[in-house]
Amino acid sequence: MLEILGNVLKNNGLILAFAIVGVTMYLSYFISDKLTKGRLHGSAIAIILGLVLAYIGGVVTGGEKGLADVSLFTGIGLMGGGMLRDFAIVSTAFGANFSEIKKAGLTGVLSLFIGVFLSFVVGVMIALAFGYRDAISLTTIGAGTATYIVGPVTGSAIGASSEVITLSIAAGLVKSILTMVGTPFVAKYIGLNNPRTAMVYGGIMGTTSGVAGGLAATDPKLVPYGAVTATFYTGLGCLLAPSVLFLLTKAVFS
Amino acid sequence: MVIFGVAILAICFLSGVFFGDLLGQILGINANVGGVGFAMLFLILLVEYLKKKDKLNKQTQEGLAFWSAMYIPIVIAMSAQQNVVAALDGGILAIIAGVAVVLISWAVVPLLSGGKKGNKNNTVNNVIEMDMNGGKQRVRNTR
Repeated sequence: MLEILGNVLKNNGLILAFAIVGVTMYLSYFISDKLTKGRLHGSAIAIILGLVLAYIGGVVTGGEKGLADVSLFTGIGLMGGGMLRDFAIVSTAFGANFSEIKKAGLTGVLSLFIGVFLSFVVGVMIALAFGYRDAISLTTIGAGTATYIVGPVTGSAIGASSEVITLSIAAGLVKSILTMVGTPFVAKYIGLNNPRTAMVYGGIMGTTSGVAGGLAATDPKLVPYGAVTATFYTGLGCLLAPSVLFLLTKAVFS
Repeated sequence: MVIFGVAILAICFLSGVFFGDLLGQILGINANVGGVGFAMLFLILLVEYLKKKDKLNKQTQEGLAFWSAMYIPIVIAMSAQQNVVAALDGGILAIIAGVAVVLISWAVVPLLSGGKKGNKNNTVNNVIEMDMNGGKQRVRNTR
């Protein structure tokens, strides 16, 4: 009987994922309500629970996809994978107000450029503090601090060592996870309660998963505004980091 | 029909991603440049147009609303498949770089958005009166 149950769950991974996420969210909203009296938003708790599950999954399997590497839970990988995630992000635009986006458009574009430069510079400075001196490693780590996709794209384009590329991915992952978890906590201190700030936020932070998760836990109505800028960030980073930013770094450090 | 809404979404999504890939290729980088962002803009414009023409009925909107309501659950599934172990294993450099960039970025956000008190009358609830189903527009369209 156990075997039959196991097969049912294994053969219907995506459906199982719906059930798991539903139960997780129910628990999270329950905890939010009873233990934090609603101060900590239910979806913030659910995201933290998700990350904890991802950690457990990663430790158990040694894989790269958290819980989704456990064979029973591959459906989580499908549900939370790039395809459905991007599809759902696009659908949030249905609730967005185009005139708001137009109004904040220029600030949004500006924040994208500032965001990429700022992350890059912070990454390079910390790499410097850790004793890296060659332009290739500095650029790769700086790019990874932008997002965990810009890091490896840049690193392989300019020929960084795989050790440095791994480091750049890890820096980007830390950024993404901290943004997911931390956004609801800082939201009120940085005025993150209106579409304009959300667009700036997406442009400055840039990590799509971090911004998407963080805003969802702060106020779902802000998601489309943050996402519309954040989704340009990785592309801009992949464009600037191996070219302009690499040349600048090379000019300064060699 | 509900599928019309889902299909509108799918068409916007695919054209956006196509556009992003095309732009990436034109710029000579091996990445999608803002495909999802373009898709969102397409969807916003298309929905505005269809609403004006009164072609977006309630069922069609439900097809769109379902997916935007599924957004948070999908984000949670996404968080459950992050490479948390690698992030923590990246060593102290990765953690310091990640934490520093997030803290500094948080500090910069209010400077760019015009201060944390600058938008008092502009909070999301005042600005976005429509709900996930399209708010007032829907009432008008389904009359």
